[in-house]
Amino acid sequence: MENLITRYGAVSVLAGVLFVQVVALAVQVKRTDSKQESTRLLRVWAVSTITPLEKALVWAQSSANDIFRNYFYLRGVRAENRELKQEIQRLRLEQVRLADDAEQARRLQLLLGFKEKFIAKTLAAQVIGSSGSEQSRSVYIDKGTHDGIEQGQAVITADGVVGKVLRVFGSSAQVLLINDQTSGVGVILDKSRLQGVLRGTATGQVVLEKIMSDEGVQMGEVVTTSGGDQIFPKGLSVGVVQQVKTGNDSFLEIRVKLAANLNKLEEVLVVTKMDQRAPTPSEVAGTVRAVDILTQRLPSVPDKPAVDPKNPGAAPTAGPLASGTPTAPTKTSGSAASNAAVGNATAKPTGTTAAKPGVTAGATGGAGKVSAATKPAGASASANPVAGAAKSAATGGASQGVTKQSTTSSPEVLKPTTTASPGVTPGAIKPAVVQKPANSGTKAPDKSAKPAADKPKSDAPVEDNHQ
Amino acid sequence: MRRWRTITSSVPILYTSQEQVDVYRFSLPTAIIVPLLAIFLQAFLPLRFPFLAMFDLPLLVVVFFAIARRSQIAGLLTGAAIGLLQDSLTHQAIGVYGIAKTVVGFGASSLGAKIDVDNLGARFLGTVFFYMLHEVVYFVVARGMVQLSLQWSWRHELLSGLANGFLAVALFAVLDRLKQRT
Repeated sequence: MENLITRYGAVSVLAGVLFVQVVALAVQVKRTDSKQESTRLLRVWAVSTITPLEKALVWAQSSANDIFRNYFYLRGVRAENRELKQEIQRLRLEQVRLADDAEQARRLQLLLGFKEKFIAKTLAAQVIGSSGSEQSRSVYIDKGTHDGIEQGQAVITADGVVGKVLRVFGSSAQVLLINDQTSGVGVILDKSRLQGVLRGTATGQVVLEKIMSDEGVQMGEVVTTSGGDQIFPKGLSVGVVQQVKTGNDSFLEIRVKLAANLNKLEEVLVVTKMDQRAPTPSEVAGTVRAVDILTQRLPSVPDKPAVDPKNPGAAPTAGPLASGTPTAPTKTSGSAASNAAVGNATAKPTGTTAAKPGVTAGATGGAGKVSAATKPAGASASANPVAGAAKSAATGGASQGVTKQSTTSSPEVLKPTTTASPGVTPGAIKPAVVQKPANSGTKAPDKSAKPAADKPKSDAPVEDNHQ
Repeated sequence: MRRWRTITSSVPILYTSQEQVDVYRFSLPTAIIVPLLAIFLQAFLPLRFPFLAMFDLPLLVVVFFAIARRSQIAGLLTGAAIGLLQDSLTHQAIGVYGIAKTVVGFGASSLGAKIDVDNLGARFLGTVFFYMLHEVVYFVVARGMVQLSLQWSWRHELLSGLANGFLAVALFAVLDRLKQRT
């Protein structure tokens, strides 16, 4: 007997160790549904052992990168700074345009009593490690319960959705990526408005499930979160449809290319707080208008040109136009703004306009209304800062009913130009707006509109007041 | 053919008696730090270089320790410990890697008693074999017990096995410096 134990001792130990692990595995699998996690202690020990090393290495790496960037990589900073400033200007106008759209949406939501969920607070975290397994697609971040992270919170980047917090430890947390086969995200297709469930596969790709095979899904269609999973707020970018195939069952097999690069995650945002409420009337009213931003960036408004009482029809002398400096805005009825709105409207794909260029605000019933009315239903926010600026300017300008000028704006050089012709009294002006075509894809309002190529290269104001 | 026979007879790969086998041991810091370092690198490097996920550093460490120690019990316990630690970093049930590496640790230490571990070819082939064994056991347990929908790809597994084999040759040469003869 003793001989047998000595001889088969190793095999006995092997059988015992395997038996214990199999039983433990079976217990865990059985308890999958329950919230009590039996392996919590082991996970805490392992994570507490590994993550400090990862944090230290990530910190050292980022510090070295910072030193390199701060001291050795300053050559292109000036040019980059200039580009970034231009980008900021473009984005500010874009923001105003989007705010305008959001304002409309909020108005509708207010009318419908619709409650929306939106991101109220996020926390930036650094990705410090992964699971180390191809079958477990999860990463660790350097924020935990001490920083307010909780289980089930959404994790995103600027590009799109990343995953959700699966386990939280003291100073770290485990994030389950959306391309893991055990994860699922409620999504909606942007054009067709079809809803489905996004799931990961064993190979790390993501597929969109639960869409019937008789539905028409186009490749390249944008996929966003639907908010139905109660984890991710609605409208976050997920990716685009990469491949559409008919599956074996009655559902389509849709492969999605993710917007966020999950293979190279460095920093993420954890959505730590989400609010659910209906928009208030004050929110709907209190929006920033494009005209306010444009006014801030315009040169100071000079006084009204003195008109000789003896010769009221004479042109004001030595006006700003003569000196080549930016002219003062000419006081008009705000029809310029309405024309800007028309320019924007004609740039829309449908081309449905409520007013023609040259029609005054009074005739169109207000530029803001024109802007809203001419927008095709369901049109998505187009990245057209020029048109957006003009549209927003129209909205704000018409509602304010104050001084306006014809505006020739471009995304790069945002220098509004004024169009008051010398010799014309402000009250007699019938301004027509020079609306630069936003890009090659947009349409100029009419033949009188000045194309982009005609725009003077100098910063001198453009005089284009044809009547 | 004659020349090949001469070479094989002068450098025996297969031992014929236990007296020929060199048994090594490792200091306690080495036995703790090396597996931890392997698991740390396994979790950290694929973040920066995703293609490195095809390597299984903890498995290579299990094979190396098991072959060098030539003790079946030590080998399977080392495999179980490293596997469970690796399991605890994943989001899945703990034990899948543990079972797979326990089997590999036992097998490697059993084979190590009969194989010249200083031979590069034996190291390469042994690592490829144990990598495939590890993947098969993992696949069976993950599908059979945890019900993960894994897909077996011979091409991927063979390529990964070869890559791990080449890495093992280099890694074992480094780790040889940590050996202490008993």
